[in-house]
Amino acid sequence: MTPPRPGRDRGLVRPYVVTEGRAHPTRNTVDLVTLVMAVRNRPLSGLNPEKRRVMELCGGGALSVAEVAAHLSLAVSVTKVLLCDLIDSGHLTARPPVPKAQRPDAQLLQEVLHGLRSRF
Amino acid sequence: MGSAPVSDPVYVSDTVTTTVKILVVGHFAVGKTTFVGTLSEIRPLRTEETMTRAGELVDDLAGAPDKTTTTVAMDFGRLTLSESLVLYLFGAPGQKRFTRLWEDMLHGALGALVLADTRRLDHSFDIMGLLEEHGVPYAVAVNHFEGAPVFPEADIREALDLLPETPLVTCDAREATSSAGALISLVEYLQTRTPGER
Repeated sequence: MTPPRPGRDRGLVRPYVVTEGRAHPTRNTVDLVTLVMAVRNRPLSGLNPEKRRVMELCGGGALSVAEVAAHLSLAVSVTKVLLCDLIDSGHLTARPPVPKAQRPDAQLLQEVLHGLRSRF
Repeated sequence: MGSAPVSDPVYVSDTVTTTVKILVVGHFAVGKTTFVGTLSEIRPLRTEETMTRAGELVDDLAGAPDKTTTTVAMDFGRLTLSESLVLYLFGAPGQKRFTRLWEDMLHGALGALVLADTRRLDHSFDIMGLLEEHGVPYAVAVNHFEGAPVFPEADIREALDLLPETPLVTCDAREATSSAGALISLVEYLQTRTPGER
């Protein structure tokens, strides 16, 4: 296992302070692999520091929810709350992952297989 | 530099429209992180989730100081498979008590690769049981460790009580072609379970 990296200590603020006390996101369509990206030229006024950090990170391009959580050293559940708020306020857009609770179709699996075979 | 990201982000290409995930699961020190790192195109990332014993994060808000909390980490990596498709590999521990984390990861996953070690085959039972409970299809890859006993496939199948159709392969998690081969076996198996026409 990888030892924790220095500088990754938990912040002084408890996780749910940054989410204003909420433990659940406003929507349940956001998955670990949902891609999020910043909408350009949205005013950042009124956003708390954590949301500003998200916007700063997501301004560079698309990242998955899991990557946002890792880059900002936030728990996944906290990250989801923040991202959903930012989607609701029009600061972020999301590219949803494969619909849930549905068997992946043959074409998608074929694409995965083809990708793996051609890369290795 | 309080506001800078902890690590330099490598962004997903603008042309990507679909993301999929495959889980790499197994007991402690079976090589999950190595496997993910070998195949990932980005330096593997780690996310952490704090769980109370009951797995209820809301309990944390009650501020009960004596609540037992555990931090669970998952390491993950990314692999761009085509202009439009990205695969995420999530390596995670298989303990049953981390239900919430599991549900998050299992949700929408194509399938799982169970890494096993011939010295501790019985350590894989919990994980396989969990995947079966959640209806997640899986393949088993025996990660080769120096000096670990080599058993005939039939013996390993019997020890793990595998269904005849469950793929069993051997891999070296440190080696890309070998690790990709294990994933390919899993995806080929997933194909056999999916009707060709919809």
